[in-house]
Amino acid sequence: MRDEHATRTNLLLLWRPLAFIALLLLLWEIGIRRQASHLLPGPWGVVGGIVDLVRHGLLLKYIVASLFRVTWGFALAVVTAIPLGLAVGWYRRAEMALNPILQILRPISPLAWIPIAILWFGVGDLAAIFLIFVGCFFPLMLTAIDAVQSIPAVYVNAGRNFGLSSAALVYRVLYPAVVPKLIVGLRITLGIAWLVVVAAEMIAVSSGLGFLIVDARNAGNRYDLVVAGMLIIGIIGLLLDLGMQSLEKVKSFRWGYSED
Amino acid sequence: MSSMQPIAAPLPFTLKTKLSVDRVSMVFERDGNRTEVLNNINLEVGDGEFVCLLGPSGCGKTTLLNAMAGFLSPTSGEIKVDGEAVRRPNPRRIFVFQERGVFPWLTVEGNIGFGLSKVTKAEREQRIAYYVKMVGLQGFEKTYPQELSGGMKQRLEVARALAVNPDMLLLDEPFGALDSITRLVMRGELLRIWEAERKTVIFVTHDIDEAVQLADRVVVMSARPASIRQIVNIDIAHPRDISAPRYLELRDGIFQQIGLAHKV
Repeated sequence: MRDEHATRTNLLLLWRPLAFIALLLLLWEIGIRRQASHLLPGPWGVVGGIVDLVRHGLLLKYIVASLFRVTWGFALAVVTAIPLGLAVGWYRRAEMALNPILQILRPISPLAWIPIAILWFGVGDLAAIFLIFVGCFFPLMLTAIDAVQSIPAVYVNAGRNFGLSSAALVYRVLYPAVVPKLIVGLRITLGIAWLVVVAAEMIAVSSGLGFLIVDARNAGNRYDLVVAGMLIIGIIGLLLDLGMQSLEKVKSFRWGYSED
Repeated sequence: MSSMQPIAAPLPFTLKTKLSVDRVSMVFERDGNRTEVLNNINLEVGDGEFVCLLGPSGCGKTTLLNAMAGFLSPTSGEIKVDGEAVRRPNPRRIFVFQERGVFPWLTVEGNIGFGLSKVTKAEREQRIAYYVKMVGLQGFEKTYPQELSGGMKQRLEVARALAVNPDMLLLDEPFGALDSITRLVMRGELLRIWEAERKTVIFVTHDIDEAVQLADRVVVMSARPASIRQIVNIDIAHPRDISAPRYLELRDGIFQQIGLAHKV
Protein backbone atom coordinates (compact mmCIF):
# COMPACT_ATOMS: atom_id res chain seq x y z
CA MET A 1 0.00 0.00 0.00
CA ARG A 2 2.64 2.43 1.12
CA ASP A 3 4.90 1.61 -1.81
CA GLU A 4 2.02 2.08 -4.19
CA HIS A 5 1.29 5.43 -2.63
CA ALA A 6 4.94 6.43 -2.85
CA THR A 7 5.09 5.46 -6.53
CA ARG A 8 2.04 7.55 -7.25
CA THR A 9 3.55 10.54 -5.46
CA ASN A 10 6.76 10.10 -7.46
CA LEU A 11 4.80 10.03 -10.70
CA LEU A 12 2.99 13.18 -9.72
CA LEU A 13 6.28 14.85 -8.91
CA LEU A 14 7.69 13.80 -12.27
CA TRP A 15 4.64 14.95 -14.19
CA ARG A 16 5.22 18.67 -13.83
CA PRO A 17 8.84 18.87 -15.01
CA LEU A 18 8.03 16.49 -17.88
CA ALA A 19 5.12 18.63 -18.99
CA PHE A 20 7.30 21.72 -18.80
CA ILE A 21 10.01 20.07 -20.89
CA ALA A 22 7.39 19.04 -23.46
CA LEU A 23 6.18 22.64 -23.63
CA LEU A 24 9.70 23.93 -24.15
CA LEU A 25 10.31 21.38 -26.92
CA LEU A 26 7.13 22.50 -28.61
CA LEU A 27 8.12 26.18 -28.44
CA TRP A 28 11.56 25.25 -29.74
CA GLU A 29 10.07 23.43 -32.73
CA ILE A 30 7.71 26.36 -33.47
CA GLY A 31 10.55 28.87 -33.16
CA ILE A 32 12.76 26.90 -35.55
CA ARG A 33 9.99 26.63 -38.15
CA ARG A 34 9.41 30.37 -38.11
CA GLN A 35 13.01 31.35 -38.74
CA ALA A 36 14.57 31.63 -42.14
CA SER A 37 18.09 30.36 -41.43
CA HIS A 38 18.38 26.60 -41.14
CA LEU A 39 21.55 26.47 -39.12
CA LEU A 40 19.96 25.82 -35.74
CA PRO A 41 18.29 22.43 -35.44
CA GLY A 42 14.86 21.74 -33.99
CA PRO A 43 14.26 18.94 -31.49
CA TRP A 44 13.90 16.37 -34.26
CA GLY A 45 17.10 17.55 -35.85
CA VAL A 46 18.90 16.94 -32.56
CA VAL A 47 17.44 13.46 -32.26
CA GLY A 48 18.64 12.87 -35.80
CA GLY A 49 22.10 14.11 -34.77
CA ILE A 50 22.23 11.70 -31.85
CA VAL A 51 21.19 8.82 -34.08
CA ASP A 52 23.90 9.86 -36.53
CA LEU A 53 26.49 9.80 -33.77
CA VAL A 54 25.36 6.39 -32.58
CA ARG A 55 25.46 5.00 -36.11
CA HIS A 56 29.05 6.12 -36.60
CA GLY A 57 30.00 4.62 -33.24
CA LEU A 58 31.11 8.04 -32.05
CA LEU A 59 28.69 8.69 -29.20
CA LEU A 60 29.88 5.94 -26.89
CA LYS A 61 33.50 6.51 -27.88
CA TYR A 62 33.36 10.21 -27.04
CA ILE A 63 31.47 9.69 -23.79
CA VAL A 64 34.01 7.10 -22.68
CA ALA A 65 36.88 9.41 -23.65
CA SER A 66 35.45 12.31 -21.65
CA LEU A 67 34.62 10.16 -18.62
CA PHE A 68 38.06 8.60 -18.74
CA ARG A 69 39.74 12.01 -18.45
CA VAL A 70 37.35 13.20 -15.75
CA THR A 71 37.89 10.03 -13.75
CA TRP A 72 41.65 10.35 -13.80
CA GLY A 73 41.84 14.08 -13.20
CA PHE A 74 39.27 13.94 -10.44
CA ALA A 75 40.74 10.84 -8.79
CA LEU A 76 44.25 12.30 -8.77
CA ALA A 77 42.93 15.48 -7.19
CA VAL A 78 40.99 13.50 -4.58
CA VAL A 79 43.92 11.37 -3.48
CA THR A 80 46.29 14.34 -3.24
CA ALA A 81 44.16 17.32 -2.20
CA ILE A 82 42.09 15.63 0.51
CA PRO A 83 44.91 14.11 2.61
CA LEU A 84 46.94 17.29 2.15
CA GLY A 85 44.01 19.49 3.07
CA LEU A 86 43.17 17.40 6.13
CA ALA A 87 46.75 17.57 7.37
CA VAL A 88 47.04 21.29 6.67
CA GLY A 89 43.73 21.97 8.41
CA TRP A 90 44.80 20.00 11.46
CA TYR A 91 48.10 21.80 11.89
CA ARG A 92 47.26 25.44 12.25
CA ARG A 93 50.75 26.63 11.41
CA ALA A 94 50.75 24.78 8.10
CA GLU A 95 47.49 26.45 7.24
CA MET A 96 48.86 29.88 8.09
CA ALA A 97 51.89 29.24 5.89
CA LEU A 98 49.97 27.86 2.92
CA ASN A 99 46.86 29.98 2.95
CA PRO A 100 48.15 33.03 1.00
CA ILE A 101 49.45 30.94 -1.90
CA LEU A 102 46.23 28.93 -1.98
CA GLN A 103 44.20 32.09 -2.10
CA ILE A 104 46.21 33.30 -5.10
CA LEU A 105 46.07 30.03 -7.03
CA ARG A 106 42.43 29.30 -6.32
CA PRO A 107 40.79 32.07 -8.38
CA ILE A 108 42.83 31.25 -11.50
CA SER A 109 40.45 29.57 -13.93
CA PRO A 110 41.63 26.09 -14.89
CA LEU A 111 41.35 27.28 -18.51
CA ALA A 112 44.17 29.75 -17.89
CA TRP A 113 46.40 26.72 -17.39
CA ILE A 114 45.77 25.45 -20.95
CA PRO A 115 48.97 26.88 -22.50
CA ILE A 116 51.08 25.50 -19.68
CA ALA A 117 49.29 22.14 -19.86
CA ILE A 118 50.08 21.88 -23.57
CA LEU A 119 53.66 23.03 -22.99
CA TRP A 120 54.23 20.34 -20.36
CA PHE A 121 52.16 17.46 -21.70
CA GLY A 122 51.63 18.21 -25.39
CA VAL A 123 48.25 17.83 -27.07
CA GLY A 124 46.59 14.72 -25.65
CA ASP A 125 44.95 13.01 -22.73
CA LEU A 126 47.59 14.04 -20.22
CA ALA A 127 47.05 17.75 -20.84
CA ALA A 128 43.28 17.36 -20.39
CA ILE A 129 43.71 15.27 -17.24
CA PHE A 130 46.11 17.86 -15.87
CA LEU A 131 43.59 20.65 -16.46
CA ILE A 132 40.86 18.70 -14.67
CA PHE A 133 43.26 17.95 -11.84
CA VAL A 134 44.10 21.65 -11.45
CA GLY A 135 40.42 22.57 -11.58
CA CYS A 136 39.57 20.08 -8.82
CA PHE A 137 42.62 20.33 -6.62
CA PHE A 138 42.07 23.74 -5.02
CA PRO A 139 38.37 23.47 -4.23
CA LEU A 140 38.93 20.01 -2.76
CA MET A 141 41.86 21.11 -0.66
CA LEU A 142 39.97 24.10 0.70
CA THR A 143 36.99 21.87 1.49
CA ALA A 144 39.23 19.46 3.38
CA ILE A 145 40.89 22.26 5.35
CA ASP A 146 37.54 23.70 6.30
CA ALA A 147 36.12 20.27 7.17
CA VAL A 148 38.89 19.56 9.69
CA GLN A 149 38.77 23.00 11.22
CA SER A 150 35.05 22.81 11.82
CA ILE A 151 35.11 19.50 13.71
CA PRO A 152 33.55 20.32 17.10
CA ALA A 153 36.22 20.08 19.80
CA VAL A 154 33.84 17.98 21.86
CA TYR A 155 34.24 14.98 19.48
CA VAL A 156 38.02 15.17 19.58
CA ASN A 157 38.04 15.49 23.36
CA ALA A 158 35.62 12.59 23.73
CA GLY A 159 37.84 10.47 21.52
CA ARG A 160 40.92 11.32 23.58
CA ASN A 161 38.99 10.69 26.78
CA PHE A 162 38.28 7.11 25.70
CA GLY A 163 42.00 6.57 25.33
CA LEU A 164 42.31 6.53 21.54
CA SER A 165 45.80 6.53 20.06
CA SER A 166 46.56 9.19 17.45
CA ALA A 167 45.93 6.76 14.61
CA ALA A 168 42.66 5.59 16.14
CA LEU A 169 41.62 9.19 16.69
CA VAL A 170 42.13 9.85 12.98
CA TYR A 171 40.06 6.97 11.69
CA ARG A 172 37.45 6.73 14.43
CA VAL A 173 36.77 10.43 15.04
CA LEU A 174 38.40 12.80 12.55
CA TYR A 175 37.55 10.79 9.45
CA PRO A 176 33.85 10.21 10.24
CA ALA A 177 33.52 13.80 11.40
CA VAL A 178 34.73 15.26 8.09
CA VAL A 179 33.01 12.89 5.68
CA PRO A 180 29.73 14.82 5.28
CA LYS A 181 31.51 18.04 4.37
CA LEU A 182 33.89 16.19 2.08
CA ILE A 183 30.98 14.63 0.22
CA VAL A 184 29.51 18.07 -0.46
CA GLY A 185 32.92 19.23 -1.68
CA LEU A 186 33.30 16.14 -3.88
CA ARG A 187 29.91 16.71 -5.41
CA ILE A 188 30.64 20.34 -6.28
CA THR A 189 34.10 19.46 -7.54
CA LEU A 190 32.90 16.66 -9.79
CA GLY A 191 30.62 19.26 -11.35
CA ILE A 192 33.65 21.48 -11.93
CA ALA A 193 35.56 18.55 -13.45
CA TRP A 194 32.76 17.96 -15.91
CA LEU A 195 32.78 21.64 -16.89
CA VAL A 196 36.54 21.66 -17.33
CA VAL A 197 36.74 18.50 -19.44
CA VAL A 198 34.54 20.01 -22.15
CA ALA A 199 36.68 23.13 -22.35
CA ALA A 200 39.91 21.12 -22.27
CA GLU A 201 38.73 18.86 -25.07
CA MET A 202 37.95 21.83 -27.26
CA ILE A 203 41.64 22.74 -27.33
CA ALA A 204 43.92 20.03 -26.10
CA VAL A 205 42.66 16.78 -27.68
CA SER A 206 40.81 15.33 -30.67
CA SER A 207 38.18 13.17 -29.04
CA GLY A 208 35.51 13.51 -26.38
CA LEU A 209 32.30 15.50 -26.09
CA GLY A 210 34.02 18.90 -26.03
CA PHE A 211 35.91 18.01 -29.19
CA LEU A 212 32.66 16.81 -30.76
CA ILE A 213 31.11 20.25 -30.34
CA VAL A 214 34.02 22.20 -31.81
CA ASP A 215 34.57 19.65 -34.54
CA ALA A 216 30.90 19.61 -35.58
CA ARG A 217 30.90 23.35 -35.98
CA ASN A 218 34.22 23.50 -37.84
CA ALA A 219 33.43 20.58 -40.14
CA GLY A 220 30.44 22.11 -41.92
CA ASN A 221 28.30 23.86 -39.36
CA ARG A 222 26.61 20.69 -38.11
CA TYR A 223 24.66 22.47 -35.39
CA ASP A 224 22.46 19.42 -34.90
CA LEU A 225 25.56 17.64 -33.61
CA VAL A 226 26.58 20.68 -31.54
CA VAL A 227 23.26 20.72 -29.71
CA ALA A 228 23.23 16.92 -29.46
CA GLY A 229 26.63 17.14 -27.78
CA MET A 230 25.42 19.82 -25.39
CA LEU A 231 22.39 17.76 -24.46
CA ILE A 232 24.47 14.68 -23.75
CA ILE A 233 26.91 16.71 -21.65
CA GLY A 234 23.96 18.00 -19.63
CA ILE A 235 22.46 14.56 -19.10
CA ILE A 236 25.75 12.97 -18.04
CA GLY A 237 26.46 15.89 -15.70
CA LEU A 238 23.07 15.37 -14.12
CA LEU A 239 23.69 11.64 -13.69
CA LEU A 240 27.09 12.27 -12.09
CA ASP A 241 25.52 14.74 -9.67
CA LEU A 242 22.70 12.35 -8.79
CA GLY A 243 25.28 9.67 -8.10
CA MET A 244 27.16 11.93 -5.70
CA GLN A 245 23.94 13.14 -4.15
CA SER A 246 22.94 9.59 -3.27
CA LEU A 247 26.00 9.45 -0.99
CA GLU A 248 24.44 12.19 1.12
CA LYS A 249 21.60 9.84 1.94
CA VAL A 250 23.81 7.28 3.69
CA LYS A 251 22.54 7.12 7.26
CA SER A 252 25.85 7.54 9.05
CA PHE A 253 26.60 10.67 6.96
CA ARG A 254 23.20 12.24 7.15
CA TRP A 255 23.77 14.06 10.45
CA GLY A 256 26.07 16.43 8.61
CA TYR A 257 23.27 17.86 6.50
CA SER A 258 20.74 18.83 9.15
CA GLU A 259 20.60 21.95 11.27
CA ASP A 260 20.28 20.01 14.50
CA MET B 1 53.33 6.14 54.90
CA SER B 2 50.56 7.41 57.05
CA SER B 3 47.85 6.76 54.50
CA MET B 4 48.69 3.07 54.49
CA GLN B 5 49.00 2.71 58.25
CA PRO B 6 46.28 4.82 59.73
CA ILE B 7 46.88 5.70 63.33
CA ALA B 8 43.23 5.57 64.22
CA ALA B 9 40.68 3.28 62.64
CA PRO B 10 38.84 5.23 59.98
CA LEU B 11 35.29 6.24 60.77
CA PRO B 12 32.68 4.24 58.86
CA PHE B 13 31.64 7.21 56.79
CA THR B 14 35.13 8.41 56.01
CA LEU B 15 35.84 7.77 52.37
CA LYS B 16 39.19 7.13 50.79
CA THR B 17 40.33 10.21 48.89
CA LYS B 18 39.69 9.72 45.17
CA LEU B 19 40.50 13.15 43.83
CA SER B 20 42.53 15.94 45.32
CA VAL B 21 42.84 19.45 43.96
CA ASP B 22 45.78 21.16 45.54
CA ARG B 23 46.25 24.95 45.26
CA VAL B 24 45.18 24.97 41.62
CA SER B 25 45.21 28.25 39.74
CA MET B 26 44.63 28.79 36.08
CA VAL B 27 45.47 31.77 33.89
CA PHE B 28 44.61 31.95 30.20
CA GLU B 29 46.65 34.16 27.95
CA ARG B 30 45.35 35.09 24.56
CA ASP B 31 46.51 37.95 22.35
CA GLY B 32 48.42 39.39 25.26
CA ASN B 33 45.38 39.41 27.55
CA ARG B 34 45.68 37.59 30.83
CA THR B 35 42.49 36.11 32.19
CA GLU B 36 42.59 34.64 35.64
CA VAL B 37 40.06 31.82 35.68
CA LEU B 38 40.79 29.76 38.79
CA ASN B 39 42.26 31.13 41.97
CA ASN B 40 43.79 28.76 44.48
CA ILE B 41 41.29 25.92 44.47
CA ASN B 42 41.64 23.27 47.17
CA LEU B 43 39.29 20.33 47.25
CA GLU B 44 39.23 16.68 48.23
CA VAL B 45 36.62 14.30 46.92
CA GLY B 46 36.06 10.88 48.46
CA ASP B 47 35.70 7.62 46.57
CA GLY B 48 32.08 7.17 45.51
CA GLU B 49 31.11 10.67 46.53
CA PHE B 50 28.69 12.85 44.58
CA VAL B 51 29.98 16.43 44.52
CA CYS B 52 28.38 19.38 42.76
CA LEU B 53 30.45 22.36 41.64
CA LEU B 54 28.01 25.25 41.81
CA GLY B 55 28.67 28.72 40.50
CA PRO B 56 27.46 31.43 38.15
CA SER B 57 27.81 30.88 34.40
CA GLY B 58 31.29 31.58 33.13
CA CYS B 59 32.87 31.42 36.56
CA GLY B 60 35.40 28.78 35.63
CA LYS B 61 33.80 25.64 37.02
CA THR B 62 33.90 24.00 33.60
CA THR B 63 37.59 24.90 33.38
CA LEU B 64 38.16 23.18 36.70
CA LEU B 65 36.31 20.10 35.45
CA ASN B 66 38.40 20.11 32.26
CA ALA B 67 41.53 20.21 34.37
CA MET B 68 40.27 17.27 36.45
CA ALA B 69 39.68 15.35 33.22
CA GLY B 70 43.18 16.12 31.97
CA PHE B 71 42.14 18.22 28.97
CA LEU B 72 43.82 21.29 30.47
CA SER B 73 46.82 21.62 32.76
CA PRO B 74 46.64 24.03 35.69
CA THR B 75 48.96 27.03 35.54
CA SER B 76 50.00 26.21 39.08
CA GLY B 77 49.07 23.60 41.65
CA GLU B 78 48.28 19.97 41.07
CA ILE B 79 45.33 17.66 40.59
CA LYS B 80 45.71 14.05 41.66
CA VAL B 81 43.48 11.05 41.14
CA ASP B 82 44.26 8.03 43.33
CA GLY B 83 47.45 9.83 44.34
CA GLU B 84 48.69 10.17 40.77
CA ALA B 85 49.01 13.52 39.04
CA VAL B 86 46.55 14.07 36.20
CA ARG B 87 48.43 14.83 33.00
CA ARG B 88 46.16 13.68 30.18
CA PRO B 89 42.66 12.33 29.66
CA ASN B 90 42.09 8.79 30.82
CA PRO B 91 39.20 6.35 30.35
CA ARG B 92 39.16 5.85 34.14
CA ARG B 93 37.46 9.24 34.36
CA ILE B 94 34.98 10.06 31.66
CA PHE B 95 33.82 13.55 30.87
CA VAL B 96 30.17 13.98 29.91
CA PHE B 97 29.90 17.08 27.80
CA GLN B 98 27.62 20.04 28.12
CA GLU B 99 26.97 20.09 24.41
CA ARG B 100 25.81 16.90 22.87
CA GLY B 101 28.96 14.87 22.86
CA VAL B 102 27.56 11.67 21.36
CA PHE B 103 29.00 10.80 17.98
CA PRO B 104 26.34 11.54 15.36
CA TRP B 105 27.85 9.09 12.85
CA LEU B 106 27.36 6.12 15.16
CA THR B 107 24.15 4.40 16.22
CA VAL B 108 23.13 4.07 19.87
CA GLU B 109 24.96 0.73 19.96
CA GLY B 110 28.00 2.17 18.23
CA ASN B 111 28.20 5.04 20.71
CA ILE B 112 27.88 2.86 23.79
CA GLY B 113 30.45 0.46 22.39
CA PHE B 114 32.84 3.25 21.39
CA GLY B 115 35.20 2.83 24.33
CA LEU B 116 35.03 -0.97 24.26
CA SER B 117 37.36 -1.79 21.38
CA LYS B 118 39.73 -3.67 23.69
CA VAL B 119 37.22 -6.18 25.08
CA THR B 120 35.98 -9.32 23.30
CA LYS B 121 33.05 -9.07 20.93
CA ALA B 122 30.83 -11.13 23.22
CA GLU B 123 31.57 -8.95 26.20
CA ARG B 124 31.12 -5.78 24.20
CA GLU B 125 27.69 -6.90 23.06
CA GLN B 126 26.74 -7.90 26.57
CA ARG B 127 27.82 -4.56 28.01
CA ILE B 128 26.06 -2.62 25.27
CA ALA B 129 22.84 -4.50 25.97
CA TYR B 130 23.23 -3.93 29.70
CA TYR B 131 23.69 -0.17 29.42
CA VAL B 132 21.07 0.25 26.71
CA LYS B 133 18.68 -1.22 29.25
CA MET B 134 20.01 0.79 32.16
CA VAL B 135 19.36 4.10 30.42
CA GLY B 136 16.09 2.91 28.90
CA LEU B 137 17.02 2.99 25.23
CA GLN B 138 15.76 -0.50 24.35
CA GLY B 139 14.39 -0.58 20.83
CA PHE B 140 16.68 2.27 19.75
CA GLU B 141 19.89 0.23 19.41
CA LYS B 142 20.19 0.87 15.67
CA THR B 143 18.99 4.47 15.82
CA TYR B 144 21.24 7.41 15.02
CA PRO B 145 21.42 10.25 17.59
CA GLN B 146 19.80 12.67 15.16
CA GLU B 147 16.54 10.80 15.62
CA LEU B 148 16.71 10.83 19.44
CA SER B 149 15.29 13.48 21.75
CA GLY B 150 17.61 15.67 23.83
CA GLY B 151 17.00 13.61 26.97
CA MET B 152 17.69 10.37 25.13
CA LYS B 153 20.93 11.75 23.73
CA GLN B 154 22.06 12.78 27.18
CA ARG B 155 21.21 9.33 28.57
CA LEU B 156 23.10 7.81 25.66
CA GLU B 157 26.15 9.85 26.56
CA VAL B 158 25.93 8.73 30.17
CA ALA B 159 25.62 5.12 28.98
CA ARG B 160 28.67 5.52 26.73
CA ALA B 161 30.59 6.84 29.72
CA LEU B 162 29.46 4.07 32.09
CA ALA B 163 30.13 1.30 29.56
CA VAL B 164 33.90 1.65 29.97
CA ASN B 165 33.42 1.22 33.73
CA PRO B 166 35.21 4.39 34.84
CA ASP B 167 35.85 5.22 38.50
CA MET B 168 34.76 8.80 37.97
CA LEU B 169 32.18 10.65 35.97
CA LEU B 170 32.78 14.32 35.27
CA LEU B 171 29.49 15.87 34.19
CA ASP B 172 29.43 19.38 32.78
CA GLU B 173 25.90 20.80 33.12
CA PRO B 174 24.63 17.63 31.47
CA PHE B 175 20.97 18.50 31.80
CA GLY B 176 21.26 22.21 31.04
CA ALA B 177 19.74 21.98 27.57
CA LEU B 178 16.77 19.84 28.58
CA ASP B 179 13.27 21.01 29.39
CA SER B 180 12.44 21.18 33.09
CA ILE B 181 10.38 17.98 33.21
CA THR B 182 12.99 15.90 31.42
CA ARG B 183 15.61 17.45 33.66
CA LEU B 184 13.82 16.26 36.79
CA VAL B 185 13.45 12.75 35.36
CA MET B 186 17.12 12.71 34.39
CA ARG B 187 18.22 13.70 37.89
CA GLY B 188 16.29 10.74 39.27
CA GLU B 189 17.87 8.46 36.67
CA LEU B 190 21.36 9.70 37.45
CA LEU B 191 20.86 9.12 41.17
CA ARG B 192 19.52 5.64 40.49
CA ILE B 193 22.56 4.83 38.36
CA TRP B 194 24.92 6.38 40.90
CA GLU B 195 23.42 4.35 43.73
CA ALA B 196 23.73 1.18 41.64
CA GLU B 197 27.30 1.76 40.47
CA ARG B 198 28.80 4.04 43.14
CA LYS B 199 31.07 5.98 40.86
CA THR B 200 32.66 9.17 42.07
CA VAL B 201 30.66 11.92 40.43
CA ILE B 202 31.69 15.53 39.92
CA PHE B 203 28.72 17.43 38.59
CA VAL B 204 28.99 21.02 37.38
CA THR B 205 25.85 23.10 37.50
CA HIS B 206 24.64 26.66 37.94
CA ASP B 207 21.28 25.45 39.26
CA ILE B 208 21.10 25.62 43.06
CA ASP B 209 18.12 23.26 43.32
CA GLU B 210 19.82 20.74 41.12
CA ALA B 211 22.93 20.82 43.29
CA VAL B 212 21.02 20.41 46.55
CA GLN B 213 18.86 17.63 45.13
CA LEU B 214 21.79 15.57 43.88
CA ALA B 215 24.96 16.11 45.82
CA ASP B 216 26.52 14.80 49.00
CA ARG B 217 28.44 18.06 49.09
CA VAL B 218 27.95 21.28 47.18
CA VAL B 219 31.06 23.30 46.40
CA VAL B 220 29.92 26.90 46.05
CA MET B 221 32.21 28.89 43.80
CA SER B 222 32.63 32.62 43.35
CA ALA B 223 32.49 34.56 40.10
CA ARG B 224 35.68 34.67 38.03
CA PRO B 225 38.41 34.21 39.00
CA ALA B 226 36.71 31.30 40.71
CA SER B 227 37.60 30.40 44.23
CA ILE B 228 35.73 28.19 46.65
CA ARG B 229 33.41 30.20 48.85
CA GLN B 230 31.97 27.41 50.89
CA ILE B 231 31.45 23.67 50.87
CA VAL B 232 27.98 22.67 52.02
CA ASN B 233 27.27 19.16 53.32
CA ILE B 234 23.84 18.02 52.20
CA ASP B 235 22.96 15.74 55.09
CA ILE B 236 19.68 14.44 53.71
CA ALA B 237 19.25 10.84 52.63
CA HIS B 238 17.98 9.97 49.16
CA PRO B 239 15.24 10.12 47.99
CA ARG B 240 15.08 13.73 49.06
CA ASP B 241 11.89 15.51 49.88
CA ILE B 242 12.28 18.85 48.16
CA SER B 243 9.72 20.50 50.42
CA ALA B 244 11.29 19.30 53.70
CA PRO B 245 12.46 22.08 56.06
CA ARG B 246 16.08 20.86 56.04
CA TYR B 247 16.20 20.87 52.23
CA LEU B 248 14.80 24.40 52.10
CA GLU B 249 17.17 25.54 54.81
CA LEU B 250 20.22 24.25 52.95
CA ARG B 251 19.02 25.64 49.67
CA ASP B 252 18.27 29.06 51.09
CA GLY B 253 21.63 29.10 52.82
CA ILE B 254 23.29 28.69 49.42
CA PHE B 255 21.03 31.30 47.88
CA GLN B 256 22.21 33.76 50.49
CA GLN B 257 25.81 32.67 50.13
CA ILE B 258 25.67 33.48 46.44
CA GLY B 259 24.02 36.77 47.29
CA LEU B 260 20.67 36.23 45.68
CA ALA B 261 17.45 37.51 47.18
CA HIS B 262 15.11 34.58 47.38
CA LYS B 263 12.31 36.45 45.70
CA VAL B 264 11.46 37.00 42.08
